[in-house]
Amino acid sequence: MSKSFGSFHALDDANIKINKGEFFSLLGPSGCGKTTLLRIIAGFEMPDDGIVTFDGKNIIGIDPNLRQSNTVFQNYALFPHLSVFENVAFPLRIRKVDNATIKRKVMEYLHLVQLDAHVGKKPNQLSGGQKQRVAIARALINEPSVLLLDEPLSALDAKLRQNLLVELDAIHDQIGITFIYVTHDQSEALSVSDHIAVMNQGKVLQIGTPFEIYESPATEFVAKFIGETNLFDSRVIECAPSTNDEFMVTLDVPELGKQIKVTDYDQTQSGQQVSFTVRPEKVRITLEEPQSTNKEINVFKGVVEEPIYSGFQSKFYVKLDNGTELKVFKQHQNYLEDGPDIAWKDTVYVSWSANDGYIVEVINQ
Amino acid sequence: MIGWKKLAGRNYGPAYSFPMGFWFSLFFLLPLLIIVAYSFMKKGVHGGVEWQFTLDAYAQMLNSSYAKLFVRTLWVTLVATVLTILISLPCGYAMARSKHQTLLLFLVIIPFWTNSLIRINAWIAILGNEGFINSTLLKLGILKAGLPLLYNQGAVIMVLVYMYLPYAILPIFTAMDKFDFSLLEAARDLGATKSQSMTRVLLPNVRSGIVTAIIFTFIPIFGAYTVPLLVGGKDSYMLGNVIVDQVTKARNWPLASAFSMVITVVSTIGVLWMMGTSAREAARNKAAPVKQDTAA
Repeated sequence: MSKSFGSFHALDDANIKINKGEFFSLLGPSGCGKTTLLRIIAGFEMPDDGIVTFDGKNIIGIDPNLRQSNTVFQNYALFPHLSVFENVAFPLRIRKVDNATIKRKVMEYLHLVQLDAHVGKKPNQLSGGQKQRVAIARALINEPSVLLLDEPLSALDAKLRQNLLVELDAIHDQIGITFIYVTHDQSEALSVSDHIAVMNQGKVLQIGTPFEIYESPATEFVAKFIGETNLFDSRVIECAPSTNDEFMVTLDVPELGKQIKVTDYDQTQSGQQVSFTVRPEKVRITLEEPQSTNKEINVFKGVVEEPIYSGFQSKFYVKLDNGTELKVFKQHQNYLEDGPDIAWKDTVYVSWSANDGYIVEVINQ
Repeated sequence: MIGWKKLAGRNYGPAYSFPMGFWFSLFFLLPLLIIVAYSFMKKGVHGGVEWQFTLDAYAQMLNSSYAKLFVRTLWVTLVATVLTILISLPCGYAMARSKHQTLLLFLVIIPFWTNSLIRINAWIAILGNEGFINSTLLKLGILKAGLPLLYNQGAVIMVLVYMYLPYAILPIFTAMDKFDFSLLEAARDLGATKSQSMTRVLLPNVRSGIVTAIIFTFIPIFGAYTVPLLVGGKDSYMLGNVIVDQVTKARNWPLASAFSMVITVVSTIGVLWMMGTSAREAARNKAAPVKQDTAA
């Protein structure tokens, strides 16, 4: 489907299929069209063309109040004049459910989001996390088939975000309905989603499991947006069949100043321009040259420009001999046996095996 | 010696508000007290009062024609107030959601630049027998004879609504402007129809603005005097007109004062009642879930 606001194409031929009961994330930078897509699903916007089908039926043109989806809004959108209880009871009161049922169901859902103790409070007496829990309970109480979440955690601090995310995942497992989760935070999307659609500039760039999106990004944008990476333009020198339907590709990477080896499932033609990526955590960093007989290992020498210690890992910006900077992450798994400390201005060797590199996309023939 | 710190820590609020207090007591409270006093005195022969306590003025009010006048005034005021609020609500809503708020606010305020008497006369020119509406309709051949648009109850209500619309639109707009309109989307998402989202979410949240608007329109309309005088007919007299007549023609100052007291008391009761319902509503909102709390 497509959707434009004036000359701005919020959605450009986006096409997504979401399975019943899954936790599906729409991931992308702000302005990529993910919220527009969610608002179309909710019924607040009409697409310029295209359809939204639900169980095979087109739902375009159906009013939001008649759709089987409910939304958790970014700014919570709690009704300030109503108590927590009445906020959650709102959808039931609209449906004229009897008082006894309302009371039972509201308490049940407030229990689900662990807010039993706050029923009588007004929204302005709650913390951000509590407000979002009320919003979640309120959106779930109508037992929708689909729960739409529009950056629900973005207004909360990092620790709370983690906790609520785990809770959301638990709630999803418990009630088993479809969650469509909009976020710009790739770590949120990776940690809870069954499938992720990565979007940019109104286009859906890739749909896949978190593993697929991280390990096999479909485009340079996806590779750069999800996690951190080292990305290089390169040219295919040779693509030779190897074991297990794989190909051993030799690439010429001008920025690295020499040829490297990378395995790939897709056949490429020599002479093609491709973009090549290697994730920083897959690069090993050592003070001594790695002794390996393996010809499929790529080794470079460089100097540590910037070591950043962050507790569980250290990041190193290593300047190779030809001046190119490479990002390397080193996990601190053991307290003492991690080898010698690598410090600023140390001469180091960085290396990765052909299996750990990845050819993202063919840029041109 | 008294420490400077002690002096510096004092609250000088009452001192700062003294000028306003002085102004109010001199020009508001004092005249009010005079009116209260006059209403309990004997009528002077050539106007004024004789300093003698009597309930004559209030006794004179207990008269069926005055009772009818009181009921009519209350009725006209209620109808005009309700109409004003009903028109102001969509107006305030549209203004709060508009991109051109400043322009629209400006348009609402513009009528204040012209003296109200002139504006009332403009209405006479529009509604009169040979006024704009009648002459246009006659020229177009839609009518054979002019419509009696002026000098009746309808004209009074219409012009009153016109005069007090800005006083209602402004507080309602202010309340709507603070309203988070995404709440309407949330309500729709949760199953409310368009009208349910208005009555159950928008109106309760702009309640204070509506109460202010009612107070701002009900009180002045209840004491209206020029509008019924200029565009009303014989049977459009309101309390305000009787007061003027008693002062200028009948020279019965105590009776005029007693009528003023009626207006003041009714207005005060009205305001207290409105504010009371707001407070009760707030208390109810707080109390109800607490009950559920203990029951659960």
